[in-house]
Formats: sequence, structure tokens, C-alpha cells
Amino acid sequence: MIEGRTGAWEVVIGLEVHAQVIAEAKLFSGAATAFGAAPNSQVSTVDAAFPGMLPVLNRHCVEQAVRTGLGLDAAINLVSVFARKNYFYPDLPAGYQISQYEQPLVGHGQVSLDLPDGSTRTVGITRLHLEQDAGKSLHDQHPRDTYVDLNRAGIGLMEIVSEPDLRSGEEAGLYLRKLRSILRYLGTCDGNMEEGSLRCDCNVSVRRPGEPYGTRCEIKNLNSVRFAMQAIDYEARRQIELIEGGGTVAQETRLFDTARGVTRPMRSKEHDYDYRYFPDPDLLPLILDPDWVAQMRAELPELPDAKRARFVSQYGLPPADAMVLVTERATADYFETLAKGRDAKAAANWVIGDLFGALNRKGMTIEHSPVAAAQLGALIDLIADGTISGRIAKDVFAEMVETGADPGAIVAAKGLRQVTDAGAIEAAVDAALAAHPAQVAQYAANPKVLGFFVGQVMKATGGKANPALVNELLRRKLGG
Amino acid sequence: MALDKATVARIATLARIRLSDDELAPLAAELSHILTWIGRLNEVDTTGVAPLASVAAVSLPMRDDTVTDGNCADAILGNAPVAAKGFFAVPKVVE
Repeated sequence: MIEGRTGAWEVVIGLEVHAQVIAEAKLFSGAATAFGAAPNSQVSTVDAAFPGMLPVLNRHCVEQAVRTGLGLDAAINLVSVFARKNYFYPDLPAGYQISQYEQPLVGHGQVSLDLPDGSTRTVGITRLHLEQDAGKSLHDQHPRDTYVDLNRAGIGLMEIVSEPDLRSGEEAGLYLRKLRSILRYLGTCDGNMEEGSLRCDCNVSVRRPGEPYGTRCEIKNLNSVRFAMQAIDYEARRQIELIEGGGTVAQETRLFDTARGVTRPMRSKEHDYDYRYFPDPDLLPLILDPDWVAQMRAELPELPDAKRARFVSQYGLPPADAMVLVTERATADYFETLAKGRDAKAAANWVIGDLFGALNRKGMTIEHSPVAAAQLGALIDLIADGTISGRIAKDVFAEMVETGADPGAIVAAKGLRQVTDAGAIEAAVDAALAAHPAQVAQYAANPKVLGFFVGQVMKATGGKANPALVNELLRRKLGG
Repeated sequence: MALDKATVARIATLARIRLSDDELAPLAAELSHILTWIGRLNEVDTTGVAPLASVAAVSLPMRDDTVTDGNCADAILGNAPVAAKGFFAVPKVVE
């Protein structure tokens, strides 16, 4: 809900996400899909639309789309039809994109969002269909020419269309992140927005609460969650100000200018499309064997929502911590390796606090963590069995991050083993008390002086004294 | 079904085919004739008949997900009117 000059407005958002299917080969040809290859090196005569070339569907792409549909709790259509979407552009050599129109592969589904206030909201999925990507146009390489690279042309995409169920840029961001998480769990899209594996068009309109939908504008080709959120917030404001100023919203396609943070209309002639969809005569209807679908359903991995619920019940984690741990499958796997046979809450705290902090600082992902789960586990064991204190453990961890060494080796090499010898600690305690008679005198009136003495003893022992023993001895000697 | 000149002009624009004004009327007549002839199929009662995708009793063939093609940029670019640095070069399209 946004407050305008004349009252409250509700923003209505639906998203169309294009997710690149993880596959070795293209949707209808045997050319490769790897990112970053030399221009036009991954192009077959099918992708370049040479006359007479026929498309042959990649079975794995179908499987990936069906698995995604199942992961979105969606209906799988056992009969679907490929259709031609006709438009003219230099990076679309055939003059049409093979897509699906009236009969998509996947029907209604849903995604559950976790809102910041702890509540959840269900967002409807309208459909998911398979289609070809277009090639890439480069407009800035030559003063008069546009350069075209067809490496991307024909790569399989899943277009995932949501219902207009989102109500703010923030919710759209949550939706995109959740969708990305599910796709990555399924291994059907790598979700890499920088490389264009996940792109998003946003349909935005505003209305007075309770009124019918307003006229929508479509913002095309947003390639980051942050830009999508910014574009939606800007566009909603723009529409509200336009209407409150006496204007009306024109249904149009707009682009987001990332440098200036504003949306602007595409030149109207260029999107004056009439796609003239019709069933592709080169392809028969796609008919799925129900047993195949059932097998894929049975083999689905545990998805983020289910995993989070299990982390809460099995490990007793707070839901917020569980949510952080399950966003990436690699993080969840790391945590489970770490938590096996150990205090799960301690394990979660180490991953969310210290490990994430270190990875962020180093700009690394958990897949390439300098500290393996087994090593971090060994560190937690050293604290649990009293070999080192929790404070020393932080230093050992910092060393592990830098060198990749095992915690046991670091503790031995640096002599960090905790002093649990009561005699040695008592001597340090006595020395501290003798050195600070004034603070000893204050203790009766101000018990917080205890902390001062703990600090003194720790300093004297290089932080290696067992903190519980130090506290106990100090309390006894000061109180007695 | 009859097509008027404006519709023919629009179809030509969408297909990027340039037509002069005096070509529109004869084309409209020809296309209308074809559509009228094809339109006779609409007279058949197809109530309750499922759409027929193919007269051959075959299902859609599928391929395995293996790379079997590509690495032929020179051949792909061979027929391009203009190519540069491994790209197709076309008159600038700006948005």
C-alpha cells in the first residue's frame, strides 16, 4: 500500500520470469549452451534457421521443465503444443520463436513467500512453458552496424508466469529470490542473473483498495532482483502521480534505466507486435507418459520449505535461522554435515555468524569455503571437550580462514590449549587480586568489578584460562 | 473471407515485405480468394472431433542432451551479406 496525495493506493504486480534450462545442448538442436564462447561458435544450422532444417526436441529440457513444474506444486499437462510466435528482429533468424501458447507444459502452481513479519503469503503460478531464447544483439561495437551472436539462439528457456498476487517491490524481490532458490535446488536453472540465466519482466498497475485492476505497464528485461524492486517502486510512484495529476496510465512496454533509476517507454512502433501464434507444423504435440512424470515426482529433492520445516523440528532451530540455512542447498548440506553428532544450535551459529562473515569478506561462496565442514566441526569439538575456550576458538577460526589449516594443528602450534589446571588459574587469580586492592574493596558495593578481574586473569594467561573456572574462583575469593 | 488493402498492408509490414500501393489491391483479391477457398473447410461439422496434429501415427521424436553440433562459425556466417569479427553485421537497430 502506498500513500499518495489523495489517499492510499494498492500496487498490483505479476512477474514473467525467463529461466535458462540447465542442459548441455539447445532446446531443438545439438549445439552447446556454455556461457562465454566465441561468437557464433555454438550455432547449428537449425539455430541459424537455414532452409529445410528441422527442430528435434531435447528430452532433458522437457524433464527439467516438468521437474520445475512439480517443484512449484503445479499441474503437469500431459499434452502440450509448441507454437510459433512470429516477430521480426535480427537476432531471431527464423522470424519466429518456438514457444508454447494455448497449451503450455505446466499449468497452475504456487510459491510460498516468507514475509519479514513472519507470516507467509502464497503466490499463484499461472503457467510455465518451454521456449527458445533469441540471439544477442550488440549495438555498441560499430558506428552503423548491430552485431549479432547466435550462440544464445535456441537455448531452452522456461517462462514462468505468476498471478498478479504481489503487492510491493519488496514482495517481488522475495518472490524472485524464492523462485531462484527452488530452481537451484532442482538443478533446473543456475539462477545466475549476471549471465542472464534468470531475467524478469514486471507487470505493474495501481488501484484504490477494493477496486478492479488498473491499466498495467510491462517493464522488460530486468536482470537483477535489486533492479526489479527499484523499477517496480519507481513505476508504481509514477502511475500514482500520473493519476493523481488527472492523467491516465497508457498500457505500454517500458524499460528501466538502471543509471537514472527511472522507467521510460520503449518506442511504440517497435513493440507494435502481432505475434500471430499458430501451432508449429514442424513439431507434433508433446505427449508425456504419466509414469515418467510420476517417476520424476518421486525423485524430486527435498525443497527449501520442507527442509526448513525439518531443520526446525529435527534440530530445534529458530525458523529465521533455518530459513537462512536452507536458501542455498550447498549451505544446508554444509550445515547438516556440521550438525551431525554435534550441538545443532552451535553449528547454526557458526555457519550464520562466523562462516558467512568470513565468506562475505572474501567474496567467496560456501562451495569454495576455505574451511570445510569437517574442519569447522573439529573446532566445535575442541570447544565442547574443553580444549579451547569459545573466545580462543574465534582466533583459531580466523586463522583457519586464512590458511585452511586444521584447528587441532593451529591450537598445538600456537599453544592455545585452555588452562584447566586449577592451581595455575588460582595463582593468576591471587596475583590479580593482590595487584588491585582498590577494586577488591569495591566488590561488595559493585559486583560488576568481577568482570574487571576476569579480564585481568585472561590477560595474564593469554586468554587460555578456562572462563568457568576463573569466574568460580574469583567469586569464591571475592565473596569470602 | 475478404481481406481489405489495409489488412494486406499490415501483414506485409509485420513480415517486413515492402509493397507498393498498386500491389495492394490485386494481392488483397488473391489472398481473399485463397482464404475463401480454404474457408470451405469451416463448413465441416467438427463438433466433438479432437484436433488432428498429424496423419502419421508417430509421437514427437526427442533427442538426448548431448552436444553434437556447432563449431562451424565460418559456415554459419558464409552466406551472411556482411559479417565482422565472427558476428553477423546488420544495419543498426536501436532501442
